[in-house]
Amino acid sequence: MFSELSRPQKIRFTKLSPLARKEARIGLLFLLPWIIGFLAFTLIPLVASLVFSLLNLTLTQPEPLKFIGLENYQTLLSDSQIWSSLLVTVKFAALALPIGLAIPILLALLINSKYLKGRAIFRTLFYAPAIVPFVAAIYAWNGMLNPDTGWVNRLLQALGVQEPPTWVNDPNTVYLALVIIGLWGVGNSMVLYLAGLQGVPSELYDAAQVDGAGWWATLRNVTLPMISPVIMYDMTLATIGLFQYFLVPLVINSGTGAPGNATMFFNLYLYKTFFAYGNMGYGASLAWLLFAVILVATVILFKSQKYWVYYAGESR
Amino acid sequence: MALQTLNPSARSLRRSRVLKDFLKSTAVTFLAAAILIAFLLPFAYMLFSSLKTKEQMSELGTPLWPADASTFTYKDAEYDVYRVPTEQGLRDLALFKKGLTASTFIDPANPEAEPIRWTGSWRALPRSNWKLAPHWENFMTAWKQINFPRMFGNTLFYAVMTLIGMLFSCTLVAYGFARFRIPGKDILFTILLATVFLPATVTVIPTYTFFTKIGWVGTWLPLIVPTFFANAFDVFLLRQFFLTIPREMDEAAMLDGAGPLKILTSIILPQAMPALIAVSVFHIVWAWNDFFGPFIYLTNRPELQPISVGLQKFNSIHNTNPNLTQATSLLALLAPLLLYFVAQRVFVRGIVITGVEK
Repeated sequence: MFSELSRPQKIRFTKLSPLARKEARIGLLFLLPWIIGFLAFTLIPLVASLVFSLLNLTLTQPEPLKFIGLENYQTLLSDSQIWSSLLVTVKFAALALPIGLAIPILLALLINSKYLKGRAIFRTLFYAPAIVPFVAAIYAWNGMLNPDTGWVNRLLQALGVQEPPTWVNDPNTVYLALVIIGLWGVGNSMVLYLAGLQGVPSELYDAAQVDGAGWWATLRNVTLPMISPVIMYDMTLATIGLFQYFLVPLVINSGTGAPGNATMFFNLYLYKTFFAYGNMGYGASLAWLLFAVILVATVILFKSQKYWVYYAGESR
Repeated sequence: MALQTLNPSARSLRRSRVLKDFLKSTAVTFLAAAILIAFLLPFAYMLFSSLKTKEQMSELGTPLWPADASTFTYKDAEYDVYRVPTEQGLRDLALFKKGLTASTFIDPANPEAEPIRWTGSWRALPRSNWKLAPHWENFMTAWKQINFPRMFGNTLFYAVMTLIGMLFSCTLVAYGFARFRIPGKDILFTILLATVFLPATVTVIPTYTFFTKIGWVGTWLPLIVPTFFANAFDVFLLRQFFLTIPREMDEAAMLDGAGPLKILTSIILPQAMPALIAVSVFHIVWAWNDFFGPFIYLTNRPELQPISVGLQKFNSIHNTNPNLTQATSLLALLAPLLLYFVAQRVFVRGIVITGVEK
């Protein structure tokens, strides 16, 4: 959208008239806070962490600081913790991503239904949990999912389930429990999809009806393609977020990785390497590995767009 | 149905459609309400748990709502009533004398009768006759133990200081992007948007190391100072809004001799109030809930910690008191939830601008 709104600027600084040059200079002055911030808090740290990863830098620095080349990366290759934590992250993402994408879309479809009475109230209340402070939400769900006294298991028992799952205490159910906890903040994505759905031109639905398309055919051939840019945006941010996931396990069981090593997520391992063991050089190499993985995933997503994302008014 | 097709009178057709729509609408609304209730259940859990006693939290088979088990007062002493399996079936008896392998009970209905001796461990017995008893004093206890006023003050300070930084820097930058012809502006703007997708993990180690070296860790500075250098989310939202303000007014003011800063403060900002309110509301909720930043930078300074971190610290010390944990959680979420219900229209609008129009 923004590229249409701003005027095309294919002008060089030196070829500008004095007046235009003055305008550009004042404009840059206004952009200065962001430019400084970008350099100081994004670009320089990004490069610095690459440099860190080539040094034997630690918080206490018992050995003299020196350039060790790719040694950190060699250690990384033989560090079994890394690969198991990366596997944990991917396993969790494989469960969390599809559910985390489908539920907000389904909720948005439900709330957007013309048959629903009191849509505004439903929208407001479904969004509300997204406002709850992160830590408070975790404790609420930790209690809800308590194997003995939690409401979820009491409900399951009332429904006749003899041995309800022990949720966060069982390596087999802990990911599902974390997904459920994460779903409480579904409101943001839901509102995005809702806006996407309301932006679908109603002529398209009329045309589908004339063609005799049922609910499913309309969803598949009209609704989903029309909101695919929103899906793309949501999916990209969700993927990036999932690769960095670790705060919920950090709070729930103080980052021990329990049960077993099931919640030793990659970023949790990185966090411990840096904050608990003070190994900055090695931590930075982990961060760059994660960055590389995320970059590859993001590029694949962007490349895949042409097969499934429909941008109205663009000939791709 | 057959009659209708034979005799397709418009009125009966319409009536059947109205009926069908009514049924559909009832079904959809009921489905949505059922999902919503399940979705909001944790709020009820928090409220009910926060009003329970510690004992009720850990005991099995107790009511969902806050309640106290009954006691029996006999000769100025209070005895807990248990549900005891006896030869005459389950009986509610008051525990008179505790024993390791056998205990003595008295029957509250007939206390003068011979005490009943029961073999078994009384600890395994369930309490009985739970009566509704909300323990509001839990909130007072939690309030004092977590030092809520101080933590509330810290959170407010954090939210307000970063709000000032964000508004100050983001309006300037958004104005620059919205109104000036600068060579390479599109590239800069693309870089700005790309930072949304940059994983925070990759910059946190050098940033933290740098703040350690200059002695800022353990102070508010690493949390507040960066907000004075703009962020992609708010710049984007404000810029989108600034672009909708007609340029004619800028130009008129310019002819009157107003400089760029004057135009920003006297023309753009007054008209951009809805957008400024939106980013402010968003920011306050974000700051209120922000966990990781304060967690790493203020970890050894409990007197500076905001609610989010305080809550986590409190729970890691008091995790044997889950009722107090829920009470503090409720206290912590009250402010943002209140703000949300007051400003929810602004909220929804803001998410839509940043998410869909990008």
